[in-house]
Amino acid sequence: MSGLLKFATVGSVDDGKSTLIGRLLLDSKNIFDDQLSHIEDVSRRRGSEFTDLALLTDGLRAEREQGITIDVAYRYFATPRRSFVIADCPGHVQYTRNMVTGTSTVDLALVLVDARHGVVEQTRRHTVLTSLLGVPHLVICVNKMDLVGHDEAAFQRVIDEFTAFAAKLELRDVTFIPISALAGDNVVDRSDHMPWYQGGSLLHHLETVYTASDHNLIDTRFPVQYVIRPHTTEHHDYRGYAGTVAGGALRVGDDVVVLPSGLPATVAAIDGFDGPVTEAVEGDAVVVRLAEHVDISRGDMLCRPHNRPTITQDLDAMICWMDDQAPLRVRGMYALRHTTRQVRAMVTDLQYELDITSLHRNRDATSLGLNAIGRVTLRTTAPLFVDDYTRNRTTGSFILVDEATNATVAAGMIRPRGEGTHGA
Amino acid sequence: MASRSLIHESIGILREAVAQFERPVLLFSGGKDSVVMLHLAMAAFRPAPLPFPVMHIDTGHNLPEVIEFRDRVVAQHGLRLEVASVQASIDTGRVADVQGPRSSRNTLQTVTLLDAIAEYRFDCVFGGARRDEERARAKERVFSHRDEFGQWDPKQQRPELWGLYNGRHHRGEHFRVFPLSNWTELDIWRFVRDHGIELPSIYFAHSRQVFRRDGMLMAVSPFVEQADDEHAFEATVRFRTVGDATCTAAIESTASTPDEVVDETAVARITERGATRADDRISEAGMEDRKRTGYF
Repeated sequence: MSGLLKFATVGSVDDGKSTLIGRLLLDSKNIFDDQLSHIEDVSRRRGSEFTDLALLTDGLRAEREQGITIDVAYRYFATPRRSFVIADCPGHVQYTRNMVTGTSTVDLALVLVDARHGVVEQTRRHTVLTSLLGVPHLVICVNKMDLVGHDEAAFQRVIDEFTAFAAKLELRDVTFIPISALAGDNVVDRSDHMPWYQGGSLLHHLETVYTASDHNLIDTRFPVQYVIRPHTTEHHDYRGYAGTVAGGALRVGDDVVVLPSGLPATVAAIDGFDGPVTEAVEGDAVVVRLAEHVDISRGDMLCRPHNRPTITQDLDAMICWMDDQAPLRVRGMYALRHTTRQVRAMVTDLQYELDITSLHRNRDATSLGLNAIGRVTLRTTAPLFVDDYTRNRTTGSFILVDEATNATVAAGMIRPRGEGTHGA
Repeated sequence: MASRSLIHESIGILREAVAQFERPVLLFSGGKDSVVMLHLAMAAFRPAPLPFPVMHIDTGHNLPEVIEFRDRVVAQHGLRLEVASVQASIDTGRVADVQGPRSSRNTLQTVTLLDAIAEYRFDCVFGGARRDEERARAKERVFSHRDEFGQWDPKQQRPELWGLYNGRHHRGEHFRVFPLSNWTELDIWRFVRDHGIELPSIYFAHSRQVFRRDGMLMAVSPFVEQADDEHAFEATVRFRTVGDATCTAAIESTASTPDEVVDETAVARITERGATRADDRISEAGMEDRKRTGYF
């Protein structure tokens, strides 16, 4: 089992995300005494009846003043079975871009739903986004069960609502757990209040969810990040290509091709963090040396001769627009970052805007505003080496950058060209 | 193990920044986080030499063991060291020195740091800060933009998706880059243990003259004025963090090897900054306020 699980908490405002994280940390004994006494102190000063566990993660002055989460907070905890990174994401619509930031790399998303209100617009919104972002595992935490009398029917109603809505989405693994973050029911320990619930606690699920098969072990992709040339007498002829394996594996002796040149080469050596290794797999930051002298620079890619990415200047993609200054416009030019490659891109077509709550496609849309999702076609100034996002989250993703303000204005997920569905 | 993926992530970040920026520099205080960051940076570009200098913001109020260690590491690895001195900032009138028994030059460092960044035209400053240290740091991006005044705007952070880091900036602006963002204190100590990393001796249990202030054990030092009722006594202590002598406290400990420190850290009930940092006790948002104006 993988030693590390990254997960995000999403859901509507006031559904109790930050409280749930506080409860997870507290009951798994991952809160330090000084942190606890600090938040007890602040809660008391504010006249709160109970310790406000949300204060643990709401780290910015504005967040504590307004009692909301504005930006992603990262928290770390460990149990004997696994280490965890939590990305605590904001619930407000206006901070959706920060939610997308927090969710882009996680293995699992916890969607909080208030048992009294059921599936609301923000639940749908965040579920669609996690689906678009390709988060492999989803846990629907039906929270505040204490406020509905720990009633099984209330839990079942949320399952039914969610299932009806999610039928249109491609979700691989969904689990429902009835909890009370405030009281701690089914968070770390199983609750006595809900004997009708046969499943395990949330923490048990997080500790045991199987993630090893989520990685792409087939399509070898190695974007060259940096060329190491020591220019020293001792290492005069050394030329190493540094990068992080973005899929599959590289082994010493492997035949590879270099993109864009298409020249064949052989892996002569792989240098890892503390010495030579025989193999590098997805996520490994290594230096590859080739037997042949070929001209390679940052932005090039190594792959296997019979398994190549698509080489293209035309992208079809779902994008999330994240700029609050200006909307996306057709014919607009942007800087585009894809793996280690930077090119310029023009938006040649906005096919439709996706209404994220009804999944309706508005084909009359002419621009995308802050937090809007749409399907676009882009033409780039130089070829990119891409895969479908659903096959590879690294070679299938890109960002757009405003060339005047330098702000990151969009997140893009590449779809096979001409594919008819929204692919969410 | 988790630490393996952290090492790969950090090395990827260091290389990415060097590929994107023209004039990086690595902040090196001799503290454990900056030592680990330096080791990762050297590994990231091996067998080439480190492609950037290291810089120490020197308050002049250091524990002598740390300066001795800093100079030894720099000599051993043939690094380029820039020292930006708070004393020089005081002497040239950029800042006024602080006075009084509880004074600390900690906040003065911001001016010295920003002046040095401007003078050397650094566009990327590697810092060893970790998100688990403090709640404002828990919010910060890996590539964190600073405007022309060195200010951080926590409400306008650039979205940071996948491993795609956007370091584009205008002239005069810079980035703080944090390769250790996702490490915890325990991860640092396990790395130190597993890779035989040398640290300043004050990280391990030793006998020292200390006095008690606000429940913390402060080292007796020529830079720290003791009140009449702050009596010195001898104790077996070690430091969990290393800042300047005026704002960093020791903890009582008998852990004298990395192995023992790992064991002690794994069961610690107090955060490292909570136990030892006077500078975080100023207010609820002490760190955020300092960071907004350009602090580390």
